[in-house]
Amino acid sequence: MSARGSVLRLLEPGNPVTARVRTAGILIPFIILFAVLALTSSSFATKPNLLNILDQQSAILIIASAGTLVLVAGGIDLSVGSIYSLAGVISAHFALETNPVLAMALGIGAGLLIGLANGLITTVLRINALIATLAMSFVVSGCAALVTKGNLLVLFDKPGFGKLARTEFLTIKTSIWLMIVFVIAIGTLLAATTAGRYMYAAGGNAQAARLAGVRVDRVRILAFMLSGVAAGLAGVIDTSRVLSAQAASADTGLAFTVLAGIVVGGTSILGGVGAVWRTVVGVLFIALIGNGYILLGLDPLYEQITMGLILLAAVGLDAWTTRSA
Amino acid sequence: MAGVEPPPSPGDETVPYLEILDVAKHFGGVQALAGVSLTVARGSVHALVGENGAGKSTLGRIVTGEVSRDGGSMLLVGEPVSFRSPREALERGVAAISQEPAIVPQLTVAENVMLGREPRSRGFLRRRSLAREYAALAATAGFDLAGEMSAGRLRTAEQQKVEILRALSRNAELIVMDEPSAALSEHETRQLHEIIRTLARAGTSILLISHFLREVLDLADTVTVLRDGEVVRTAPASQETESSLIEAMLGRPLTSTFPPKQFPGGDSAVRLSVRELSAPGVSDATFDLRAGEILGVAGLVGSGRTELARAVYGAARVQSGTAVLETGEALGRSPRRSLAAGLVMIPESRKDDGLIFGRSVVENATLSRLGDVSAFGVVRRAREWKTARAVLDRCDVRGAPYGAPVRALSGGNQQKVLLARTLLCEPRVMIADEPTRGVDIGAKRAIYDFITSLAADGLGVILISSELEEILGLSHRVLVMRRGRIVAELAGEAMTANAILAAAFADEPPGGVAA
Repeated sequence: MSARGSVLRLLEPGNPVTARVRTAGILIPFIILFAVLALTSSSFATKPNLLNILDQQSAILIIASAGTLVLVAGGIDLSVGSIYSLAGVISAHFALETNPVLAMALGIGAGLLIGLANGLITTVLRINALIATLAMSFVVSGCAALVTKGNLLVLFDKPGFGKLARTEFLTIKTSIWLMIVFVIAIGTLLAATTAGRYMYAAGGNAQAARLAGVRVDRVRILAFMLSGVAAGLAGVIDTSRVLSAQAASADTGLAFTVLAGIVVGGTSILGGVGAVWRTVVGVLFIALIGNGYILLGLDPLYEQITMGLILLAAVGLDAWTTRSA
Repeated sequence: MAGVEPPPSPGDETVPYLEILDVAKHFGGVQALAGVSLTVARGSVHALVGENGAGKSTLGRIVTGEVSRDGGSMLLVGEPVSFRSPREALERGVAAISQEPAIVPQLTVAENVMLGREPRSRGFLRRRSLAREYAALAATAGFDLAGEMSAGRLRTAEQQKVEILRALSRNAELIVMDEPSAALSEHETRQLHEIIRTLARAGTSILLISHFLREVLDLADTVTVLRDGEVVRTAPASQETESSLIEAMLGRPLTSTFPPKQFPGGDSAVRLSVRELSAPGVSDATFDLRAGEILGVAGLVGSGRTELARAVYGAARVQSGTAVLETGEALGRSPRRSLAAGLVMIPESRKDDGLIFGRSVVENATLSRLGDVSAFGVVRRAREWKTARAVLDRCDVRGAPYGAPVRALSGGNQQKVLLARTLLCEPRVMIADEPTRGVDIGAKRAIYDFITSLAADGLGVILISSELEEILGLSHRVLVMRRGRIVAELAGEAMTANAILAAAFADEPPGGVAA
């Protein structure tokens, strides 16, 4: 068989080789990129650099892991950026007046409530998740601006608040530890629990899941709530990390960065397919590209172009391999 | 029955319209077709039969350019062709009609028929000449289908007519039909058959892929039997019978299509009673179902059978009336509650309503009873696999490892996965809605045995089917529905094909449209 023939056969739906490549997915390019960076830059594979990447990505990793649940369950959450902002400013606002633990709880609680609202709006009211959460992100951003009244909230005289993210434990910052614990918890939820199984079913075929006795709406609401909590937690952690918070005007940027990480990891935008470990690799892959541009002194203007092309490739691969249905 | 000779037609009659020589195709490691050759005469109906996976659809898709072949050659009126796309095939007069018609629901019938070749001038559509062309075409074909109607509102049978008209509008000389009657009611099927005969008389060749052997014997001039990607034989339809075809398809004789009936005793308990139940598409349904009974529900597509099943199961909103299990539990509230109470439903469409195609066979089997194999919300994989394997083995699910996605299985085996899920639910009452649709003949018998054995174990079974034979062959009693109502209850001697059809069609105007 000619080379063209064998390439065509690789693209055939259900081909075992393609299936295996898909399963490994982003892991292979990630390892290659990691190896290339380690070989070309002496400062890449050092503990400070790697920990720095993790520290910077911890908020995105937390949000993206829960966002994976939403996507797998057949939804999408574009409000995470504004929840992140709101949780940050709420916790900062209350930290200035009350005790820091309560302030953090209030920030995360706000995320939980908005997640619940997202879940109810998309399931009970049957409003398309993309539009519902986009609208919600405007509402929430507005709320955040109301809290700060347009000011930057500074917490430099409240070092207690910084303990959440800035404490070192076994030479690693607590922001990273929190991220690791949260991501593992969410990953376990999706991979090993009945709730996770129902998320795959709800996103894979909602109608069939419902007829099989799965409470599809409840499962989706749970996913949105976890996404809200994650965004809230991430906002609080980052506020603690930098000891200041501000209501940003364009919060959809973070939501799309998160979404890019999830999709590059191989979780299907159509629902029913994906995994939290993939998202972790996807987010870190994007982070490595950014890191590589800096370490290798490449023109950062090309970074976004690279990112976009990688995202397109990821989605294209998804479309190609799922065409077998 | 028509002979093998094609009817007289213009053009060269000595050269067959289509010749397929030694065509091979494999998907990954699976050999779908191995050296298949056949010849379709001009103006003849050539049927392809075989079990699911025998390669009939693949062959059809190669002819229409949807799939490329790996080896062999194809001659169209003596000239070698290689279609790289359905569009190329269409340009050479080869069109495809699929089971699920490809129409644009927002456009009108006429626009759908003329799609892609609308009369236009300077970029603007010329609506009047489009309507005129459509009317002329419909008249030639003998269809009375209003061109200005919105195509999305047509029923499947009429959408197929749109596809056929579209094929004719491009002067198609060969139409490949893959299971065209699978989604049609008996009445619509008769209409389709009339169309096929008319087309053939006018010189169009038809390559007909069908599971329905009686349809094949009625319509076809020639039948080719495929098994495991190879031609078993090609013979004039007049020389075949249903049993000779089955034997050729299976490679062995099939003893009997239906298992023997075991009637429940007259004193057996009432498992389910439905009283004056009304729901969207159902009015005032009242009936009882006894332990050990198989209650057939017949009627045209759209007569309210599926709607009744969904209302009882709780998948559709109940407007009034009750459905109560023998335990006193009220049904019709949600699928989840029905399952908990002991009612299961095998839905009409396993793809849309039954299975999560991308998830594994095991996960699909345990989905309804995941709590049973979990502890504190965590799925115990070993326990899950053990439980699932037991029922999947019992239902004889074959074709892919249990860890593979369920979409890798053939239709019959997918249906068996649903049966396995049903078993895990330990039901007292089962509703099976078209349980053998799109399933090959071997799997059919397995499903019949399954239903019969559940009834013998004391379950009440409601069997909804568009195949009269199936209703007659399995049911102990039959309800006939028409326009959302139960219009007849037939049992014993009275349960005949004629009686069911008479009740199902009673107030249909001749050749009219079912409600």
